[in-house]
Amino acid sequence: MKPNYFSIPYVGWMALFVVTPIVMVFVFALTTPTGEFTLRNFSDMGLFLPVFIRSFRLAFLATVVCIVLGYPVAYLLARETTRVQRILFMLIMLPLWMNFLLRTYAWMSILENTGLLNQLLSFLSLPTVRIINTETAVVIGMVYNFLPFMILPIYSVIVKIDKNLIEAAHDLGANTFSVFRKLIAPLSIPGILSGVTMVFVPAVSAFVITQLLGGGMVFLLGDLIEMQFLGTAHNPNVGSAISIVMMLIVIVFVIVMNKFGSGEEKAVGL
Amino acid sequence: MKKTIIAIALLCLMLTIALTACGQSSSTQGGSTAESGSEAQAPAGQDSSSGQETIFVHNWGYFIDMDVLRIFEEEYGIRVRYSEFVNNETLYAALNLGGMIADVIIPSDYMIGRMIAEDMLYELNFDNIPNASLIDPRFRGLDFDPENRFAVPYKVGTVGLIYNSAMIPYEITSWGALFDERFAGQILMFDNPRDAFAVALKYLGYNINTTNESEIQEAFELLSQQRGILQAYVMDQIFDKLESGEAWIGPYYAPDFLTMYANNPDLRFVRPVEGTNFFVDAMVIPRGSQNRANAEKFINFMSRTDIALMNMRWSHYASANYEAAAIFAQELDPAYREVVFVGEVDYAKSEVFLHLPQHILDLYDRLWIQLRS
Repeated sequence: MKPNYFSIPYVGWMALFVVTPIVMVFVFALTTPTGEFTLRNFSDMGLFLPVFIRSFRLAFLATVVCIVLGYPVAYLLARETTRVQRILFMLIMLPLWMNFLLRTYAWMSILENTGLLNQLLSFLSLPTVRIINTETAVVIGMVYNFLPFMILPIYSVIVKIDKNLIEAAHDLGANTFSVFRKLIAPLSIPGILSGVTMVFVPAVSAFVITQLLGGGMVFLLGDLIEMQFLGTAHNPNVGSAISIVMMLIVIVFVIVMNKFGSGEEKAVGL
Repeated sequence: MKKTIIAIALLCLMLTIALTACGQSSSTQGGSTAESGSEAQAPAGQDSSSGQETIFVHNWGYFIDMDVLRIFEEEYGIRVRYSEFVNNETLYAALNLGGMIADVIIPSDYMIGRMIAEDMLYELNFDNIPNASLIDPRFRGLDFDPENRFAVPYKVGTVGLIYNSAMIPYEITSWGALFDERFAGQILMFDNPRDAFAVALKYLGYNINTTNESEIQEAFELLSQQRGILQAYVMDQIFDKLESGEAWIGPYYAPDFLTMYANNPDLRFVRPVEGTNFFVDAMVIPRGSQNRANAEKFINFMSRTDIALMNMRWSHYASANYEAAAIFAQELDPAYREVVFVGEVDYAKSEVFLHLPQHILDLYDRLWIQLRS
């Protein structure tokens, strides 16, 4: 393979801002504050178990909701004409041009007990709801913020499915439902898989959402890690150890998922 | 074509998130808000001569009148690179992990105690800081710097209870209101262990700097019970939640009540009878400063009466300079005066945070995680 000089900036960037920090996290996790080797940083992990479980549970929930909401959108988007696609695409991207923090803050004023949603409900003489500062609010925040990450990869896979395949299926007597079930759904699995990765990973480590929409009552891994670095005791070594455990779980999860989807990937020829 | 659009779209998306994440987690370096960032840049941009001397100043957000920096630059010909930190712990982490250039920082009492204990500060040369004599004697020689060697107090204040009198039609006098089941679901609490435990310890009649583990454990039990009737753990979100009536009561830093009251006149402020936390933020020079003489010039400048007054008018936080404080007290509405300034009775009942031994800090963190998870 001949060397590609255009990739040098990218490789340099990755080395500096991805590889180096990960190496540093490993070094921190395996040393004491004075720099000696230790495994003690991992010894308190049992204490953090409830936080791990809750983080992964909520991230899983958010991912499932994203698939349920995102897949139909991606599917319908891919079937539109290029013109319409461009407009819809723009609409999906539009909120992302605004700061993530502001958007989450806006959700706070929607979901609060005296917020817009409850004002609307009481205006319509309906019973009000208590959502803010619960797990539900946190999941809503995650879904809202990460949904485009689910829609885009699924869309990009569906839009590449050969129209001839679908026509052939119809010619051979398949109805719309079987075409979807036997053709489009299996072929879009790689898109779903990358969507799942792109939603699940940031959702596991989310932390601003928990502070704004969870009101600090839904304590997740991101909060825990932040606390180790910026908390009272200032323990970046334990913080790094938690990050590594989280990273390993996520990596195992991604590997398993990719194994699961490898057959279909070949089918699409990616 | 479509592929390119997706690629660009994804790139934008990633960048947005990456950037917000950076901005959120550690804003010690860059200035915590866009507003402060741009303001901080303004004076720096004015000077065109290269080779001019520069000092790096890190302060809490919102506690300075930015014009003050411009005046300093004009009077001394020293450029100020100003940035803000979110809390003491962030500042400590940034200094401790390295990579932060700082000549003057303005942390709080207990953090200064910690920095002194860990040999992170330079002693000040008070010959260069004559205005230190204007510091109220009450705030000199406090336990975090008993011999006045490292720090010049900048601003002082207390924590108190803020509540909505439209929702709570009785007079609140005790921290007990934060543990009162009648207000279930309407109570806010500090989202940091030190402040939260201080509330519980004070209510139980203990010292906020106690190293008695069973007293801390007792405070923890109280906070665990409180969790069931709590609406949320908050810091800055308390402004919105109390102003809008979303929550009825919460503890916060006294001078911030003025901002909230301006937006909701139903709000009331009280210093609980059990006493409260009295805080002192002071100017110190961290080891690693390349320019101690200029840093001392800046500290002296900030301690000057007219400058202290400008900062006080802007932020409402009481200056440690007694001349400036006296002038500002005259200007203030009497109702506000007792919020901003602490009377002798309340001052006597209040305690300043001290740096705690590591095993107590570890205990705090462990209990805090247990409480939250």
